[in-house]
Amino acid sequence: MPSALINVPKKAKRGDVIEIKTLMSHIMETGYRHTASGDVVPRDIITSFTCRFNGTEVFRADLYPAIAANPFITFFTTVTESGKFEFEWIGDKGFSETAQASITVE
Amino acid sequence: MRIALCIALLTAMAGTTLATEIPLDQRRSGYSFMSADTQAMQDEDTANPGMLFVLDGEALWKRKAGAANKACADCHDDARVSMKGVAAHYPAFEKTLGKPVDLEGRINLCRADHQQASPFAYESRELLALSAYVAQQSRGVPIAAGDDPEIAPFVEKGHALFIQRQGQLNLACANCHDDNWDKKLAGSAITQAQPTGYPLYRLEWQSLGSLQRRLRACITGIRAQAYDYGSPELVELELYLMTRARGMPVETPAVRP
Repeated sequence: MPSALINVPKKAKRGDVIEIKTLMSHIMETGYRHTASGDVVPRDIITSFTCRFNGTEVFRADLYPAIAANPFITFFTTVTESGKFEFEWIGDKGFSETAQASITVE
Repeated sequence: MRIALCIALLTAMAGTTLATEIPLDQRRSGYSFMSADTQAMQDEDTANPGMLFVLDGEALWKRKAGAANKACADCHDDARVSMKGVAAHYPAFEKTLGKPVDLEGRINLCRADHQQASPFAYESRELLALSAYVAQQSRGVPIAAGDDPEIAPFVEKGHALFIQRQGQLNLACANCHDDNWDKKLAGSAITQAQPTGYPLYRLEWQSLGSLQRRLRACITGIRAQAYDYGSPELVELELYLMTRARGMPVETPAVRP
């Protein structure tokens, strides 16, 4: 039951620099650990995070096994018009989650 | 005679090293020992990974389960109202069992009795999520465990365990958490062991964990045999710690390093 927490300001002035914070539920299993019987625990991580604003990509990150569980990704962007941020996390074992948040630019 | 004197002297010394309970006005949550960065992570709900479990718990609260096909919400309705302050009173005395149960135990009793569902395993994501969701409704409420007069003997048992030296290192909980909480151990703060934020997100665990998990980790740390999950000893220790923290506000889901 993956869930995401998104923090995007509801309102901003045109041209403002805003901070976006995202938290995604994921175990981020590195693939380097072994069970007690010696079997490798298969890698299960998020590999890619993308943020689009009104369809245009504004931020992208590739994730690797050293990143902690429940990745917390924050970044800054500017806004010139009202619209919708769409977030997408893609990972191993067919992991694919999306979330969205709207902002009003005054 | 000389041996007897030695024993008497050693006993007296052992007595003094365990005699210092933390004065009420000096009690501090583990929060106050953390770095500003970790505090910020706990303070903001969209940065606190424990909130991911709370979200899952909210979904579980409404999900029907078991042969009775009932959800928690079918009996308890809105948790934000019905569960406010509840976790601050746990572990609580369970009359039918004649012993205290902690919040996780209470949830599993509810599942067995009212939902006719199988109990969740200790430290399973489901049990952690539900107990985090329930306990989060008590955020800011002062801890009030141990009110019930029937529970007093169990608080005493928990206290006895707390001051009992054990393991290869021959340490009691009190040796660190009553006597040396203002010092450091291998660079990390020794805290007062105030259980204000459980279940809490430990960065070391990369997950939410229960107070029982924390206690078992500490017991393993002093190289003693850890009690099993759900054992009476762990519940009594939880109970004593909660009475020791009476009046301190609940922080669930807390973040700890």
